[in-house]
This record gives sequence, C-alpha cells and structure tokens, in this order.
Amino acid sequence: MMNPENYLILAALLFAIGSVGVLTRRNALVVFMCVELMLNACNLALVAGAHITGTLDGQVTAFFVMVVAAAEVVVGLAIIVSIYKTRRSTSVDDANLLKL
Amino acid sequence: MSTHVLPVLEMAAPTLEWRALAPVLLVFAAACIGILLEAVLPRAYRFLAQMTLVFASVLLSLGFLVINWRGDYGGRLAMGSIMLDGPTYFMWAALLIFGTLAFMVFSERQLNGGASTFAASAASVPGSVDETDASAARREHTEIFPLGLFALGGMMVFASSSDLIVMFVALEVFSLPLYLLSGMARRRRLLSQEAALKYFLLGAFSSAFFLFGVAMLYVFSGTFDLNGIHAAIAANAQSSNGLVYIGLGFLAIGLLFKVGVVPFHSWTPDVYMGAPTPVTGFMAICTKLAAVGALLRVFYVALDGERWSWQPLFAILAVLTMVVGIVGALTQSDIKRLLAYSSIAHAGFLLTAVVGATQVVPAGQGTSASAIMFYLAAYGFATIGAFAIVTMVRNAAGEENNIEGWSGLAAKSPWVAGLFGLFMLSFAGIPLTGGFIGKWAVFTAAWRGGYWWLVVVAVLASLVAVYFYLRVIVVMFGGKPAKGVYVGNASAWTWIPIAIGAVATVWLGLVPDQVMQLATFAGGFLR
Repeated sequence: MMNPENYLILAALLFAIGSVGVLTRRNALVVFMCVELMLNACNLALVAGAHITGTLDGQVTAFFVMVVAAAEVVVGLAIIVSIYKTRRSTSVDDANLLKL
Repeated sequence: MSTHVLPVLEMAAPTLEWRALAPVLLVFAAACIGILLEAVLPRAYRFLAQMTLVFASVLLSLGFLVINWRGDYGGRLAMGSIMLDGPTYFMWAALLIFGTLAFMVFSERQLNGGASTFAASAASVPGSVDETDASAARREHTEIFPLGLFALGGMMVFASSSDLIVMFVALEVFSLPLYLLSGMARRRRLLSQEAALKYFLLGAFSSAFFLFGVAMLYVFSGTFDLNGIHAAIAANAQSSNGLVYIGLGFLAIGLLFKVGVVPFHSWTPDVYMGAPTPVTGFMAICTKLAAVGALLRVFYVALDGERWSWQPLFAILAVLTMVVGIVGALTQSDIKRLLAYSSIAHAGFLLTAVVGATQVVPAGQGTSASAIMFYLAAYGFATIGAFAIVTMVRNAAGEENNIEGWSGLAAKSPWVAGLFGLFMLSFAGIPLTGGFIGKWAVFTAAWRGGYWWLVVVAVLASLVAVYFYLRVIVVMFGGKPAKGVYVGNASAWTWIPIAIGAVATVWLGLVPDQVMQLATFAGGFLR
C-alpha cells in the first residue's frame, strides 16, 4: 500500500502549480481555473489527512470546500463576464485603470 | 494488504442554542427573506421594504446581543463551532453598530437625484442603450441590502468561530457578497468592475492559501477545532513538526490578506478606490474588524504554543505595513486611495498589539485583545464618518475624489470640512480624539509584551503619518475654493452616520472609560 504522505506531496505540488499559474497567466478565466486547482489540491490534502489521522472530518470538509468553490464560480464568472462584455477582453493586463 | 476501516459515522441531530445565536441567525434570516422579497415584491416597493427589513433585523439582533451580554450567556455554541466569549460579544456589537451605520449610507438617494449610489442595472454594459434605459426607468438594485446582510452575518461568524472549517465557510460567505458589491457603482463603472475583478481574483487566491493552511493543521492534529489544535501542539512540544509551520504560515497569509497587511495589501487601494463609496466604508471597518477578530482567535487560541515562531514574523510585517502605508499615503492625489493607504498604516498599528500578545494580565488591565478592540471601535467611527463625507463632496459627474477638488472646502461648507478634519485628526492620533486613546492602548499592549523597539518605530511612524492627514486639512481650510465642486444636499441617511461618528470620536477621546472598561472586561478568549 502506498504511503499516504505521498498524497500530501502531490497536493503540495498541485497547489504550487496552481499558484504559479495564478501569478503568471494573463487570462482571467485561466487565473480563476488555477485558483480552482489550488482548492482541489487542498481537498486532496484534506482527504489524505483523513486517512492519515483516522478521522472523518477531512472527508466531510472536502464536500464543504466543493460547495464553496461552486459558489465562488458563480460570483467569479459573473464578474468576469461583465468585464468581458465591457472590454471585449478577459486579460488581466488590460484591466489597468486603477493606478497610483 | 489490509483495508483501513474508518469508524462508522453516527449522525446525531445538532443542537443549537437559539437564544445565544439569535444575533447571527436574525441577520442571516433577514438576508434570506430579503432575497425572497426581491422575487415577490413589485419594483416600486422594494427599496423601502428592504430598508425596513435591514434596519429592523440589525437593531433587533443588537437588542438580543445586549440582553444576552447582560445575562452573561456564553461558552461553546452550535456543537463547538462558535465560541461566545468576551471578544465575540464586543466584535458582534461593533460589527452590528458599524454595519447599521454603513447600511444607512447605502440608503442615501437624495444626493444622486433620487437614485442610489449603485448601478441601475449592473448587468448592462457601461455606456450602452441598456444602461441608459435602465437609468431612465429608475431601476435600482435593491439586492445590495441582502448582499450586505450576508456579508455582515459572515463577518460575525468569522470573528467568533472556534472551528477552522466554519471559519473558512464564513470567510467565503462574507467575501463573495463584497466582491459583487464592489462592482456595482453607478458612476465610473469601468473602475468599479475592475476593482471587483481584482478583489475577486486576489481574494480567491488568498482564501486558497487559508484553506491549505487549514488542511496542513488538520493533517498535523486530526481536528479542525482551535482548542484541539492547541492541545496537539502542546502534546508535541518536544518534536518540531514542519506541518505546523506550513499551516501557520499559509493560514497567516489568508488572514493577513483580509486585514490588509503588507505584503498582502496591494488590493486595498484599488478596491477602495473603485468600489462604490458606501461599500468602501463598510469594507474598511467591518472587514478589518472581522479579520482581526479571526486572526486573534487563531493565533491566541490555537497557535499560542507557537508564539515564539510568529511573534518576530508579525513584528517585521508590522514595521513593513506601517512604512508602506505611510509612504504610499504621502504621494496620493485621490482621497479614497489616501484613506486606503491610511487603513494599511492602521493595520500596521493594530499588528503591533497582536505581536505584544499579552493575554494574562492583573485584574483591571487590558489584554492585547481589549486594546485592539478599543482601537477598532475608535477607528471604525472615524472611518464610517469619513467615507460618508466622501460621498457628499461632488462635481457635475458624481463624487469629487481628487484632493485638489477638495481645495477650499471650508469656505463652501464649514461643517463638512470641520467634521472631515476631526476624523483626520482621529486617524492621526491627536489627543482628545478616540484615535489617540486607541493608539495609546495598542502601544501599551505591545510594550507589555516586551516589544519596546516596535513601539518606538510605531510612534515615529505615527508622527510621520500626521503629515498627510494635516495636508488634507490644510488643503480644505487654506486652499483656494475649487471650481465646479460643491457639497451635495444629503439626507439624514448620510448625516446620521456622520453625526454619530463625530460624537463617538470625541466621546471616545474625552471619556474613554466606559468603552475601555467594556473592552477590558471582554478581553479574554475562552478555550
């Protein structure tokens, strides 16, 4: 049987990939997808944690996180779509009116 | 290969302490009813109905809170997910009061010629026919009130949760409505939408960090309960465990982002500037209150055993935050950006008391938490008043946010300029205002914690900060009156928060004893 701690390392890697994506990608939708990847990395860590610690809380929490992520999608897509309708672009570099 | 058998989950119906939880439940119930009202009421009645619902629910909930506080209800509620202790009572009361004042500014319609500060139709493209039609038909988004109530309820839970999962859900419950609210300005809609996008992307990013921190602490301790994490850390005090440090760091990133501490502050100026001003006022105090409340609870209750790890880190961040906030504010030409940088600097002053971390004190003296709560109360009244005044200074296109436009404001309206000056003096921490007593309290707390060098830096920083607050006063009183700028004829919905803010600022400066005693009395976190 595989060592459950490997799943934690995998979760950390996915989280790192997601956060690098947020910092480097320019399309708001892709940035948002990277945030979702980070949340799912957390889910993996939670479920692995439930296995490691022998408690169920982590698995239940993963469901909470999914629901929260779904709610976040609703709000996020609404904002991104309204920006797209205004500017015909979802690039975060184009959203640059607010400056010093 | 052995299969790992998990214990059978027994689902027991949760018990709720209805009376003790009433303040939160009322706010959420009113928010849900508000959504229903949107569906069933004709458009003409909605604004009035929503306003009635909001103020009735918030005041009723404040009433329940006061009765419960006097009756000394307390302890762990809702199956251990909410802790009703002194700080919770104080934070709930402060959130409800500041929330009420902020919602009053939401309700202002006289300034804008009979329309609210919010977009007639947020879904329409700026400058399109749709938008013109919606404005001409006098359509309004009355959803702002339920959204505001959801945010307020989420903040109340966030500041009081003794369980990291409840804290995460509350974080999202109060953040999501704020993302939407900041994108709903009537004027300068491009800026507003951009603010919403930036706030949303960065906010979602930071809450992912928060969640990863939660997951790491869970893997370490096997529980989400703050007290359980404290016990697990105490049990493993001899062996250092990397998971705790990762969890601590990531959790701190998520929380410090909401407080607006450098280096997680970059959203603050943009969002404060782009969001509709009433929403900025609401965010500026209520988000800060809730986030500081949660920060204190996590670090004083769950991670108390690791204080030698986080105190030096927070001390450095406090210095950075004060410096960046003040240097940023020195160069601003926009009043809302200036107030945003000022709020960053204030986050730094607050952090000095968090670093002090004095929790056990002789009777009659305040803990770090009580100093912070008093500071937030004083800061909150000035903030609510200041942002309400920002909505009143106008030009032909809407609000005049450029500081040059504020030139000679005292000649046009001595009252408005004088009151804004008072709020600036309180932010600067000049004696006889609430801000001075607040600063005194947090610096004392840091000093008692042994961080005297941090207090020296903070005092020097607040001396420099006086400069840019005084600059605004000098412009208002000494400058030549700017052309095309006037003070709008606001209704009582704007004047009441300003008046309450001004009276409270002076009151907290002259006779701080009562509120200070209340904060001192409420200064201890229960485990």
